[in-house]
Amino acid sequence: MQLNQFLILAAFLFCTGVYGVLARRNGVLVLMSVELMLNAVNINLIAFSAFGRHVAGEVFALFAITIAAAEVGVGLAIVLLIYRNLHSANLDQIDRLKG
Amino acid sequence: MVVQNIAFWILAVAMAGAAIGVVRSQNVVHAALYLVVVLAGAAAQYILLAAEFVAWVQVLIYIGAVVILFLFGIMLTRAPMRGDTDLDNDQRWPAAVVSIFLLGVIVTLVVDAFGADEVKINNSLLPVGKTATIGSSIFRNFVLPFEVVSMLLLASLVGAVVIARRD
Repeated sequence: MQLNQFLILAAFLFCTGVYGVLARRNGVLVLMSVELMLNAVNINLIAFSAFGRHVAGEVFALFAITIAAAEVGVGLAIVLLIYRNLHSANLDQIDRLKG
Repeated sequence: MVVQNIAFWILAVAMAGAAIGVVRSQNVVHAALYLVVVLAGAAAQYILLAAEFVAWVQVLIYIGAVVILFLFGIMLTRAPMRGDTDLDNDQRWPAAVVSIFLLGVIVTLVVDAFGADEVKINNSLLPVGKTATIGSSIFRNFVLPFEVVSMLLLASLVGAVVIARRD
């Protein structure tokens, strides 16, 4: 298999995640798009690990998975707090600092 | 090799379609279920690359824990499920332009840099993804990052409780 095909799949997933972060307004959906981007990075790490025959890429993918889980926990807590204060999880309503 | 390529492309098409579903679906629960397809496809790709331990960690943590957290988040924020309210903001077209531009840049770079490189899937790859190899690598070469990650998990646990609790 070409190394390219994994990298291009990961690039597609990453760009889909970028689109989701920019275009979604519900906080939970923005976090899901962030997960897409993190997964794209993991695919890259595993592909390079198999390409270079070295285990470090897989170890770093494990670290990335752990950090993604922590990020989702804190992120959903923040979205929950936003919902409790504004009665809506829409991120474009957080505009109190706007002049 | 051919069989692996066919499996890769089937998985890749399913993952790409489901990823579009995650960012385009007008139903929050459907988006979470599309995310399950993407995550399971990624786990299958890891198996194709002989990274079995990471694949099962992906299934356990992402599909088992993260998606359940998302479903709890959807439930607790009473997200609209009937598709009657707009889940997207009005930046749809700029966002599409930005992401397609980014995709073009990354694909050009990747093809330029790794155009001829090939991942050889054969028996010499098998020891790389073995759980014993990963375990000894974590506890021999990466033990300091491992401890830092455990502190980070503790901090995020405490942080999530502090942020989300009612005063």
